[in-house]
Amino acid sequence: MLNLKRRTAGDAMFDAFNVLIMLAICFITLYPIWFVLVNSFNEGQDAMRGGIYWWPRIFSLESYQAVFRSSGIMTAMGVTIAKTLLGTIVHVFFTAMVAYAFSRRELVGQKLYILIGTITMLFPSTLIPYYLLIRDLHLLDNFLVYIIPAMFSFFDLIILMTFFREIPDGLEEAAKIDGANDLSIFVRVIIPVSMPVIATIALFHGVYQWNDYFTGMIYINNMDLQPIQTYLYRIVAQSSSNQMASAMPGGISKNVTSQSIKLATMVVTTAPIVLAYPFLQKYFVKGLMIGSIKG
Amino acid sequence: MSAKHGAELTQPGYNVRATGKQRTLLRRLLSQKYLQVMALLGVAWMIIFNYIPLYGSIIAFKQYVITHSIAEAPWVGLDNFKAFFEDEDLPRVIWNTLGISLIKLVIGFPLPILFALFLNELRSIRLKKAVQTISYLPHFLSWVILGGILATWLADVGIINHILMALHLIKEPISYLAEPKYFWGIIVTSDIWKELGWSAIIYLAAIAGVSPDLHEAATIDGAGRFQRMWHVTLPGIRSTITILFILAVSGILNSNFDQILVLRNSLNESASSVIDIYVYQTGIVNNRFSYSTAVGLIKSIIALVLLLIANSVSKKLNDTSLF
Repeated sequence: MLNLKRRTAGDAMFDAFNVLIMLAICFITLYPIWFVLVNSFNEGQDAMRGGIYWWPRIFSLESYQAVFRSSGIMTAMGVTIAKTLLGTIVHVFFTAMVAYAFSRRELVGQKLYILIGTITMLFPSTLIPYYLLIRDLHLLDNFLVYIIPAMFSFFDLIILMTFFREIPDGLEEAAKIDGANDLSIFVRVIIPVSMPVIATIALFHGVYQWNDYFTGMIYINNMDLQPIQTYLYRIVAQSSSNQMASAMPGGISKNVTSQSIKLATMVVTTAPIVLAYPFLQKYFVKGLMIGSIKG
Repeated sequence: MSAKHGAELTQPGYNVRATGKQRTLLRRLLSQKYLQVMALLGVAWMIIFNYIPLYGSIIAFKQYVITHSIAEAPWVGLDNFKAFFEDEDLPRVIWNTLGISLIKLVIGFPLPILFALFLNELRSIRLKKAVQTISYLPHFLSWVILGGILATWLADVGIINHILMALHLIKEPISYLAEPKYFWGIIVTSDIWKELGWSAIIYLAAIAGVSPDLHEAATIDGAGRFQRMWHVTLPGIRSTITILFILAVSGILNSNFDQILVLRNSLNESASSVIDIYVYQTGIVNNRFSYSTAVGLIKSIIALVLLLIANSVSKKLNDTSLF
């Protein structure tokens, strides 16, 4: 009896300790994001003095006004939104279409096609030959460089194919008897029943498109075609935010600094992901499970 | 359809089998023409975007100049590879690449496992869900954003210097990103901050698959919480750990390019130039196309060899392997 009682006391200690550690991890995760948020809502000149940790000292929306008035930032934001929407739709449709064809047992050459794909995973291409290919395809300084080279992924294909193989054949048979061809079976039968896995792939690719800065940095020179992440990279990595502040349209208050504009731009860039995130969470966890069972 | 094929095949006649086979193949291809087009579009994409660059890697053995085609460039044998092995940057690049990767492997690899184990022990389901949701969040922030956050925190007037000076641990503010000696630490810490929760997902899934009967039996045998974590849960997810370890080891030459590109600068270069950055720097910035490709090719080959070795070692030790 005594022994059992002591163990529950130990258990309680363990639980309390565990909860504390987990809360600490949550705090360490969230605080840096919170710090950026409160500083971006503080008046820029005042924020330079530092010491704003929990709440804005002098609340101000001027940095955000400057961000939304800057045509450079708004153009970059538009490019990001366009490439994320278009890129995700094309990637999901194309990869799923190929995955569906690869998943059908009667496909002549199925083994060869899958082998061709598997080899691509073992031999990643190096930077320069890839750059030369993009150049030869006339994709340099072309919006399509965000879409076409990213429209397919063999890794995503494996996840989708695993899912498609679980779909009962009866669904396809019924459509076939009605005279539908394979493409329309894919569009009208397969896509609707595969929404969970398609949503997962769409989410992953959407986040990739939204966050990718390298493509815009290396293949794009035209400033009107650079996405917001590339724009931010140039500010963060090359500390060119002074030029940015001076390039701002006139009529902006002196209270705004390059640093406060940088923080506000970071918040604007991240907000869509953070706001959409709780709603999308159930998809990516489920999708990662499908992937991990196979992989 | 199939009944028809069967009838054809059994018809008497000369060579009827061979022609029948050919005809059946043709018939099958025709009957699945949509399916074939769908599959071949994917194959065509892979040939263009994966296999043509693979062919383009032969410029590593040539002296390629941008004004001429790959085929026109003169062969130079292994000159580019020799140049790399004689380059004075080589030891530093290798040292940085392996150093950062090994620290990530030693610290960054076990932490998500520990996190998953402890998270799994939380009694409140709601707290568990909340911690999970919060811990996944940083994975979805880009390295550019994180670079911006770090630059703010580590600046001369940033929060880290504020705290350390308030505690009288330092007298003068330190420019962390300008000092090579802090670079590896910044890279490893920020990587753990970003990926801890996300990397734990797979382990949590594996832990959920461990049979509750085992836990019950261990409890009856008098095992405490730590003992059960160590002797029941951990062995239950061993094969998952093995597979992820194989992947981690084979990726040891892969630095997190996106991360380092954001955080490097000319002042911390001696600690931040890793192979991937070197390939980018020599190729895109300095236009040494053939040389950069040679370095990239060496890296790809070593990575493949490492993958095969790690895979076969784990097959022998653990009976778990990728392929």
